[in-house]
Amino acid sequence: MSLVSIQNVRKSFGEVEVLKGVSVEIARGAVVAIIGKSGSGKSTLLRCINGLETYDAGGISVDGIDVAAARADLRDLRRNVGMVFQQFNLFPHLTAAENVMLAPRVVNRESEIRAKELAREMLAKVGLADKAGNYPSQLSGGQQQRVAIARALAMRPNVLLCDEITSALDPELVNEVLRVIEALAKDGMTLILVTHEMRFARDVGTKLVFMHQGKVHEEGPPKQLFAGPTTPELVQFIGASLH
Amino acid sequence: MSDFSFWVILSNLLLATRWTIALSLVAFASGGLVGLALLFARVSRIGWLEWTTKAYVEFFQGTPLLMQLFLFFFGVALFGIEVSPWLAAWLALTFWTSAFLTEIWRGCVEAIPKGQWEAADTLAMSYMQQMWHVILPQAFRIAIPPTVGFSVQVVKGTALASIIGFVDLTKAGTMLNNATFRPFLVYSLVALIYFALCFPLSWFAHRLERTFNVAR
Amino acid sequence: MTYKLHFADLLPYWDLLLKGLVFTILLTIVSTVAGTALGTLGASARTFGPRWLDRLTGAYVEVIRNTPFIVQLFFIFFGLPAAGIKLNETTAAVLAMTVNLGAYSTEIIRAGIQAVPKGHIEAGASLAMSRLQVLRHVVLKQAFEKIYPALSSQIVIVMLGSAVVSQISAEDLTYAANFIQSRNFRAFEVYLVVAGLYLLLAIVTRAALRGIGRLVFRGPGR
Repeated sequence: MSLVSIQNVRKSFGEVEVLKGVSVEIARGAVVAIIGKSGSGKSTLLRCINGLETYDAGGISVDGIDVAAARADLRDLRRNVGMVFQQFNLFPHLTAAENVMLAPRVVNRESEIRAKELAREMLAKVGLADKAGNYPSQLSGGQQQRVAIARALAMRPNVLLCDEITSALDPELVNEVLRVIEALAKDGMTLILVTHEMRFARDVGTKLVFMHQGKVHEEGPPKQLFAGPTTPELVQFIGASLH
Repeated sequence: MSDFSFWVILSNLLLATRWTIALSLVAFASGGLVGLALLFARVSRIGWLEWTTKAYVEFFQGTPLLMQLFLFFFGVALFGIEVSPWLAAWLALTFWTSAFLTEIWRGCVEAIPKGQWEAADTLAMSYMQQMWHVILPQAFRIAIPPTVGFSVQVVKGTALASIIGFVDLTKAGTMLNNATFRPFLVYSLVALIYFALCFPLSWFAHRLERTFNVAR
Repeated sequence: MTYKLHFADLLPYWDLLLKGLVFTILLTIVSTVAGTALGTLGASARTFGPRWLDRLTGAYVEVIRNTPFIVQLFFIFFGLPAAGIKLNETTAAVLAMTVNLGAYSTEIIRAGIQAVPKGHIEAGASLAMSRLQVLRHVVLKQAFEKIYPALSSQIVIVMLGSAVVSQISAEDLTYAANFIQSRNFRAFEVYLVVAGLYLLLAIVTRAALRGIGRLVFRGPGR
């Protein structure tokens, strides 16, 4: 059974329909790369999964929880669904460790000591054990994004949503973040990534979803799709991105 | 009877409002003139002059307006000059207003990018020429919204003149309350009239601010 | 100038001045805490509340900001008893100052809340935090750090404005000054000294607020 099930989801912003009936099934432990041009609806789709956006029709369920039915209180859903943003969105008034500790403390009511341990563990996981006491403004973009990953992981989510998490980074900082994600994939974490990193999608992904004009235009095993895309749009997209 | 006293109260309050308006206008105008002179001193780059102006601003911003009113009311009398509440209130509000306006305007002058000074410098302009031809015209634009905004503080500030016996809107309210024993009605009306004076100014200042922000 | 200043005539009254000073300080502390709390509620209501609550809070803010403090004070002290709410001088003074600071701080804090990036709120939400938790731990802390200087200035303004509470016989520093000058007839000297005390109090208040700010917002300079 799928961990995340997206069925025929539709969504409009005013007059513009950005999702025109999208269906994707995501198995536990899958690493799904969603690619497509800007405006193809991929970020909106991702944000529908944890209820940051509402959708107009269709259904999304995560681990058996129906997202639309959970609208009144999305907290149970969000405990299971972590998210990492393009702009990091670290809380600037908290240190790296405090950023990681905040949700475990206030949402899960963990003790200070337990939360501290958790922060240490999670920061170590992303290779930033030595930066626990630093504020976001004292960290590089790549380090900030790794803290953001640690923050999401501290809630022990079943699935992690990554919304163009390397797009705001200088090129030389991209790899340190991708390596962390790759390690998570190896650990068996379910990952859904909206990304422009084609090589990463091909090498680490277990499933590729190509979105075009608000629909899933093509999907399948990444290596297969990259080697032999069947639609001219994907041919063109891959061609444009690899150069 | 009740209706009669309502109209008596209202008409008397409105008559006294003339004095609130008069004092506000006079104090704002003279305070603005003094403030402009002080602005030149404040950004003159002459050490002692800047320092003295700064102390002046600090004193008038750091003490209650009520104390300043008392000081002028009782202080000028020490020189053997008969002080009317009107004169004392005008003097105190002028000094008080000038201190705040100087500080507001200094902020506007300092908001002008350094490059503007440097550009004027390279054109061999004197300090005064730079100030007058390059900096002030630009600072003037951004100074308008907060200056209009401060006029609200001046109108409200005039209410304290009632304490030294100036018969303005607030004083009229106190007198009418003593005569009619209808404090709720009287002070509601007083507040309403102040609101009618101040709110348009606040609104206008807010709108100017928005327009200028969009323009930039 | 033929007049000679006689500051020595104040000396017998030093204890009255001290009492008044302490009263003014206490008045400021209490109304600062209460006023900031009220402002936090107001700002939250305006930003996150339903439309009618936003409107209502907005009206409160505008009424307070566009009427003199002395009129607010008189309305509360003289006007409210006529409506059945009777308050003593001190309570009326605290209430007036709280309501006054509450309005100004509502707008100050609201500006701070609006300056918090939307992404931070989304990040909090996707960590399964409730709206209230996001408000408290993510939004308000950042907002307060941003607007702390503006709030501090407003607190000093309210402290200086409190001189007016002497007019309803609340026994503050100005009340002490009025009393002393009625006894020794050295009005100018008394008011000069008391003005100096207020100036000192303003400087100390600013320094204290800066110190508290450094303790509370211990992050790096941003």
